Amino acid sequence: MTSVTEARRSEPRAPGPSRRGRRAVDHGPWFLVLPALIPILVLSVGPLLHGILLAFTDAQSGRTEPTRWIGTLNFQDLLQDTLFWESFRIGLVWAVGVTVPQFLLALGLALLLDQDLRLRWAARALAIVPWAMPEVVVGIMWRLTYNPDAGILNETLRDLGFGGDRDWLSGLATALPAVIVVGVWAGMPQTTVALLAGLQNTPRELHEAAAVDGAGAWRRFRTVTWPALRPVALAITALNLIWNFNSFALVYVLTNGGPGGRTRLPMLFAYEEAFRYGQFGYAAAMGCVMVAAISVLLAVFLVGRLRGGDER
Amino acid sequence: MRTRPAARAGQYAALLAYLVFLAFPFVWLASTAFKPATELAGLHPAWIPQDPTLANFRQAFEEQPLLRAALNSLLTASAAALVAVAVATPTAYVMARHRSALARAATGWVVVSQAFPFVLLIIPLFLVLKNLRLIDSLPGLVLVYVVWSLPFALWMLTGYVRAVPAELEEAAAVDGAGRLRTLVSVTVPLLAPGIAATALFAFVTAWNEFFFALVLLKTPEQQTLPVLLTRFIGAEGVADLGPLAAAAFLATLPSLLVFALIQRRITGSLLAGAVKG
Repeated sequence: MTSVTEARRSEPRAPGPSRRGRRAVDHGPWFLVLPALIPILVLSVGPLLHGILLAFTDAQSGRTEPTRWIGTLNFQDLLQDTLFWESFRIGLVWAVGVTVPQFLLALGLALLLDQDLRLRWAARALAIVPWAMPEVVVGIMWRLTYNPDAGILNETLRDLGFGGDRDWLSGLATALPAVIVVGVWAGMPQTTVALLAGLQNTPRELHEAAAVDGAGAWRRFRTVTWPALRPVALAITALNLIWNFNSFALVYVLTNGGPGGRTRLPMLFAYEEAFRYGQFGYAAAMGCVMVAAISVLLAVFLVGRLRGGDER
Repeated sequence: MRTRPAARAGQYAALLAYLVFLAFPFVWLASTAFKPATELAGLHPAWIPQDPTLANFRQAFEEQPLLRAALNSLLTASAAALVAVAVATPTAYVMARHRSALARAATGWVVVSQAFPFVLLIIPLFLVLKNLRLIDSLPGLVLVYVVWSLPFALWMLTGYVRAVPAELEEAAAVDGAGRLRTLVSVTVPLLAPGIAATALFAFVTAWNEFFFALVLLKTPEQQTLPVLLTRFIGAEGVADLGPLAAAAFLATLPSLLVFALIQRRITGSLLAGAVKG
């Protein structure tokens, strides 16, 4: 089984002019691509380009006069908009604050699930549950948990004698950390599943050979598991970073950006700007800034990681 | 490889901690859903309802158009799933079997499109759908969901096509079957389980989706379940915990059922995608 996947994986990378020549001629039955290509072009590529263009206009919702080009005016306004940059900062704290614990916790869980433990089936099933749930329900569920009077969190704290009269989601200091915990919880399944899949791809024999040679658990992880896991770990962390930075529904349900904007992620900010105040052009400019930020973030992350790989 | 008993015990303790962390919010939701109002108002909420009741479910159905919203969600998600799979299967086939520029561009877009925040997509879509008079209508939402679920559908289906040996198709071709014939009588039957899994996955994503539905649907008659659920919370914060929990519990059941069905296949395809991507 492994040898088949190995062979298939290396196939596309196989160099050689003959292969490449054949590939260039073989376009496949192009008409089969059309049914998916047209909706993607019309409803994904097109709108995204349109969205970027909108950032340079004064487009507003429900206006009768035609929209005009205003150059980079939206971006200049955005530079002065301290509320937006505060929201942007919160977005970065949230994205990193969710992605890092998400990865560490998921790695731990994946390593456990890869062992021959008895409760493994239950854990595997449970680990998927947060993934299957609608984000809105996840938000509602944690609102019930965090509820100051009727919530189980405060009740447990009271039982343990830690006070337990905190209003987690409305407290200025606790709102963002409380929301981040929910983000970690909600995003763990995908990460765990991906890492587990990667773990099951690591060669068992190598592991056993290292054990026979007297390598401890940590050394085996460093020298055998991690190198095999790295590509999967990189891919899923990069995706998590993007998904988390662009996340919306969870925080919308939990706090709607409150208290006092302490959890107002950039997506919430842009949503309000576009669909409450009708400032389409300005909101599109925010979207552009977010794409730029995400690209820079990813570039830094990936370049750093890949360079680390070359030194090995 | 033997693991020492102490290490084993530690592993079980860690696993138990994970189980508690993952399970307790859901247990709490279920518990709240079945609690009578008196217990919800009580000072010391208990894990297990003393006197379980269905009153919250009754109240949820009476106070909010829950059935209507569930029907809207069902129709939208089913239509989106069917169209997405119908559209994605041929493309995934080409992407898996031929390394053409078109297929490569499609793959590239699947990755790139992930990085764009929805705001940038939803404003132009809103304008386009408004011109087509598809705002505040379920067909408009279906259209958006199809495009939105295409990347993952393509990703999953490409993996499934790769798993069907090309030799089988070549054998059919040698036996004189045309390209279409080969596809219909050799490839599609072998792909069927993968197509079903992809459709079910697309169904769950659409069933759970919130942002697009929030922006595109205005009238209460058109609302899908997630949008309706946020109405329960209301402006004044959480008024009625019981009915809210009951409705949220019900809205989750279909997703959980479908996910239980396709769990193994999703795991497998994520592996394929993660390693090859």
